[in-house]
Amino acid sequence: MMAIQSKRRAVVDTSLCVACGACMEVCPRGAITVWKGSYSVVDDALCIGCGLCAKECPASVIRVEARP
Amino acid sequence: MKKSHWYNYLWIWSVIYFAMGFFHILFAWLGLISFFLPLIFAVGFGNKGFCNRYCDRGQLLRALGSQKGFSRRKDAPGWMKSKAFRYGFLAFFMAMFLHMLYTTYQVYAGTSELRQVVTLFWSIPAPWSFAYTGGAEPWAAQFAFGFYSMMLTSAILGILTMLAYKPRSWCVYCPMGTMTQLICRAKAGPNRKE
Repeated sequence: MMAIQSKRRAVVDTSLCVACGACMEVCPRGAITVWKGSYSVVDDALCIGCGLCAKECPASVIRVEARP
Repeated sequence: MKKSHWYNYLWIWSVIYFAMGFFHILFAWLGLISFFLPLIFAVGFGNKGFCNRYCDRGQLLRALGSQKGFSRRKDAPGWMKSKAFRYGFLAFFMAMFLHMLYTTYQVYAGTSELRQVVTLFWSIPAPWSFAYTGGAEPWAAQFAFGFYSMMLTSAILGILTMLAYKPRSWCVYCPMGTMTQLICRAKAGPNRKE
């Protein structure tokens, strides 16, 4: 069975991400990982677009936007 | 509710560290743990496991700012998030660190006396002789005073930006965070996915 996708998703500006992992810490779905200590990566399939990560991100580089 | 792990309580280490330095300055040496662990993660494993999971300061700022609600949760100003400021602050911090090592060397070499002060913001001396009763090599005590000054100054900066901006604003310009991210990016190579 296909999971129902949320209408929104989190998108990280990887060029300005500081890789602190604050987003990963608050994500209720475990959808975020910090790729090789360089920047955060959101697993699109798991993200429900709740925006907790965007709220926590100290560099404010996560946006919640509508899925294409 | 997320499952809590033993490492979610490491913020307590921050509190213990600063409290111990109040009673005996030589405990300040233990701050080197927060200096070497992130580097071991970055150089040895190519990740920021320390920042991401084990950083006591990050956890303390989140606990106070986010969970206790002391943070205004405003976006940090653009300059604070800029690469120029982050790398500039790293360079400044390293210069101050080297200066502290040089002061330690001067005491070791006998060309300078032990100064029992904690210097806040690299300029404001706070009398701290109550936390030292002698017994150690003067250079070891000098290093402890210098290191505690650095740790306390950066903690105060972190708390100020936690109150004014996002809880973990300190993480944006934390010199250890910036340095380990540079190491990790270099190790990850050009093939990273965008």
